[in-house]
Amino acid sequence: MAFEPRIIGFLCNWCSYTGADLAGVSRIKSAPNVRVIRTMCSGRVDPAFILKAFQLGADGVIVMGCHLGDCHYQEGNYKTIRRIPFLKRLIGGFGIDPRRLRLEWVSASEGDRFAKVVNEMTEEMRALGPLKLYVHQESEQAAVHV
Amino acid sequence: MAKPKLALYWAASCGGCEIAVLDIHEKILDVASAFDIVFWPVALDFKYDHVRAMEDKSIDLCLFNGAIRNSENLEIAELLRRKSKVLVAFGSCSMEGGIPGLANLTTKDAILKYVYTESPSTVVQNGGVFPQTQTKMPEGGIEIPEMWNTVKALDQVVPVEYYVPGCPPQPNQIWNVVEYILSGKPLPPVGSVLGAGEKTCCDECSRNKKEKKLKHFYRPYEIEPNTEDCLLEQGIVCMGPATRDGCGALCPAAGMPCRGCYGPPPNQLDQGAKMVSAIGSIIDAHEPEEIEKILDQIVDPVGTFYRFSLAHSILRRADKL
Repeated sequence: MAFEPRIIGFLCNWCSYTGADLAGVSRIKSAPNVRVIRTMCSGRVDPAFILKAFQLGADGVIVMGCHLGDCHYQEGNYKTIRRIPFLKRLIGGFGIDPRRLRLEWVSASEGDRFAKVVNEMTEEMRALGPLKLYVHQESEQAAVHV
Repeated sequence: MAKPKLALYWAASCGGCEIAVLDIHEKILDVASAFDIVFWPVALDFKYDHVRAMEDKSIDLCLFNGAIRNSENLEIAELLRRKSKVLVAFGSCSMEGGIPGLANLTTKDAILKYVYTESPSTVVQNGGVFPQTQTKMPEGGIEIPEMWNTVKALDQVVPVEYYVPGCPPQPNQIWNVVEYILSGKPLPPVGSVLGAGEKTCCDECSRNKKEKKLKHFYRPYEIEPNTEDCLLEQGIVCMGPATRDGCGALCPAAGMPCRGCYGPPPNQLDQGAKMVSAIGSIIDAHEPEEIEKILDQIVDPVGTFYRFSLAHSILRRADKL
């Protein structure tokens, strides 16, 4: 059974989620590997959510928001544009390939861009392979003291 | 009426927590008169067999400091868990892995190879002599504990009732905890953090906080910060925003940035995630190239943000090495 990447996507309500919806309504085909979680703003995406996604088995995480200047809350995506690159460095320090975390701006009218980004991310994760982490072991106290 | 029984133990520890207990000065006499101290390897001559002979749950209070990084640490953690009514993860190492937890950025093999064959002060014998768990000598056999690849916090190997953070916990807070226990008041809910506050270090810090907009980060040796203003505002990476209060913000008061030893703030799992978020909020730039240049000035984010809490962070250890 071929490896199907599991990707978590944090999409901002106003731009990206709507853009994803447009892709769906327009019947644009895209890979089904991104599981979408809607947040009100990409600036709401706490780095802890992304680390938790990796801990729970995501092979990749993508954060999508409004283009700079178009944030529904004015400045939320400016915080995102600083947090995500920083978080890429942090996960790199843990031995996770920084390409497994991606930030993209997708507006409400960019249904085709949503599909393109999803497809690209899926293929890149497929090429990188499944993410195996220490924390994926069965159980805490299951005598895995190595 | 018999005095309540008290035990203190050190696993992968530096001894600082035991010293902090003694730093309550003359109040140690109050502790000794209120409790029957039944096990305290650094100070008293009880042996493991004395503990093994005790009835289960006969130790009323056990203050366990130090991380779990070898088979002996685990064995005694499990033994003391069986014999204790209340087990407290005392200090940063047992609560979240502490400084020993930074070994989770490397492997046991890499550590042993470096220490026994590569370090500048190593005298390499016979191509490298490594510690063995079992060695036969003419007089008999010698056993030493097995070292593990991954350092763990106490509650990652046994259930724990309470936590007292700090590296070390501040003596005045230690006394607050002891005094509370001796008062006979009902104990707080299991899982509570004692001897610390419910906010962040910034809350206790007396430096002036105005506005945080940073275009540059400095390492502590690069500038001489003034004594009045927030260190983070002066460009020095201070873990205050991502660290629980309770220590009195001693380090910023002394001109050094907080290092995060009291662990993450309440309800936060991960100090690193919080600092990435905090620093991301205060960087004054929005062009990707400028942002990258500023981020380059924060050297070693993993080691800095997880200095004390790596073993208990969300990812717990580095993987590809």
